[in-house]
Amino acid sequence: MFGKKRVAVVGAGLTLFRRRMKETGKELSWEASKMALDAAGMELGDMQSVVMGTAPDAFDGVHMKGEYLADGAGAYRKPYTRVFVGGGTGVFTPLAGWWHVASGQFDSCLVVAEEKMSSCYPHPQFAFTTIFDPILERPIGMNLIWIFALEMHRYMHKHGIKKEDIARVSVKNKGNALDHPCAQLGAKITVEDVLNSEIMAWPVQRLDVSPTSDGAGALVLVSEDVAKEITDDPVWIDGVGWCIDGTYWTNRDLYYPDYVECAARMAYKMAGIKNPPKEIDVAEPYDPFDYKELHHMEGLLLCKKGEAPKLTAEGVTQRDGDLPINPSGGLLGVGNPIAAAGLMKVCEIFWQLRGEAGKRQIPGDPRTGLAQAWGDLMQYGSVIVMRR
Amino acid sequence: MSEKIKHYQGEALKSADFKEGRVPTEKWRPKVKFAWSAGIAIGKFLEELKKGKIIASACSKCGRIMVPPRIYCENCFKPTDGWKYVKDTGTINTYSISYLAADASRLKEPILVAIIDLDGASEGMGIIHKLGEVDKEKIKFGMKVKAVWKPKEERVGSITDIKYFKPLKEAIL
Repeated sequence: MFGKKRVAVVGAGLTLFRRRMKETGKELSWEASKMALDAAGMELGDMQSVVMGTAPDAFDGVHMKGEYLADGAGAYRKPYTRVFVGGGTGVFTPLAGWWHVASGQFDSCLVVAEEKMSSCYPHPQFAFTTIFDPILERPIGMNLIWIFALEMHRYMHKHGIKKEDIARVSVKNKGNALDHPCAQLGAKITVEDVLNSEIMAWPVQRLDVSPTSDGAGALVLVSEDVAKEITDDPVWIDGVGWCIDGTYWTNRDLYYPDYVECAARMAYKMAGIKNPPKEIDVAEPYDPFDYKELHHMEGLLLCKKGEAPKLTAEGVTQRDGDLPINPSGGLLGVGNPIAAAGLMKVCEIFWQLRGEAGKRQIPGDPRTGLAQAWGDLMQYGSVIVMRR
Repeated sequence: MSEKIKHYQGEALKSADFKEGRVPTEKWRPKVKFAWSAGIAIGKFLEELKKGKIIASACSKCGRIMVPPRIYCENCFKPTDGWKYVKDTGTINTYSISYLAADASRLKEPILVAIIDLDGASEGMGIIHKLGEVDKEKIKFGMKVKAVWKPKEERVGSITDIKYFKPLKEAIL
């Protein structure tokens, strides 16, 4: 930690996640930001800097989203940065906020993440077409779901994993989301429901997938000196990591996310974590698809390669299990307004560590938590480790 | 959500609220178009496809034969130093049976899509393409496949000069 200041999270806010919200992106940003400031007992005037996270501009059809959203995020006449690393944005945004404060340049930073996917119609999936290589991939007629299907299938093949082993994640997360007041898709479903749902791109079925959503989240980050003045209950950002793999995604073995491991190792080293499954009390790995939770548990070194389905079947990842995974309900249950969804995970770890998660609170006085997001062309990992 | 927070902001709308004009909205449709230069490496790749050949680039430092080709090796961060033809045969690394078109509309007949590791390139150097002339139930991991090319006069220098890959005869047994 030499040369860096310790950074605390002292407030969090989240809007409802829904398929289509009346509020604009700016209005959602304002609602989440105000909630986070109120929770911290602070005002916008106390914020010395602002970091905004929002994902593809194509959803909004506004190609300067950082600037467009700035006033809703409280950035008016402040040092302000918008960050964007695809689906990894939601966890990367507080990482960027962290370095604003850890560097000593600022004593406070308001971190806001927003996504409004509903403006693009008939379906925002078509906007995703623009992430693919224009020369070699788009002429083939790429759909976003394909890359997940190809990765999921490779993962299943490599370890001999069955669809029902993966479906349990969707059952768990949608069930957990029933206790989340912002959730879009909390539901009591069965493994059979998942296996009988519409085949989209085999092996991906409808209930393997998170929805498209609108929503926003926010955090208040402060330096150690400020944290000690304003709260008895700070949550510290003790580890940060991020990493990108090659853009030639068809040149990699998709069964394992090396880049997530790289990001996790960076965060664990900084936090002094030697044995992640023993030292992490609760984790929120990125779960836009059910297999991704398993894939990411392995990349985060929370279990051995190919072992995550077994832990899930044994109930280890339930809220009352030895290693609760996605107690919020994750993207599968709470919803997936991309950048806001990643930040929702960081909010969840904040509330879990403070013992404020209400019905979702995991037992056993958790002290150390982790959130992770993932994005771009199956190549980006962002990891945050937090402690009370 | 924090148990301390009693109210969560946000008002959900239904798509019918938009369609039936129950809330004020504005619509816009972009009329922008794009035309991309394929660049140096992929430009050559496309010219070779037009001739019915697949070309890779080589790095003498790490020894990789890379496809799609590039003018620099991203590992060694030096210029690649050779072109090398690879075969139009390969192995299915992973595949999907897609009932979704690019715009998320549903298809009755699925698109068969795969990552194909090409013979002659370094291990794991795959490209994404479609499969054809195969029963979807009979596709397998590790299946040997071969490119089916458009007739010479129809090729334009595009990835779609290869119509699809089909299983080699011995692979279907």
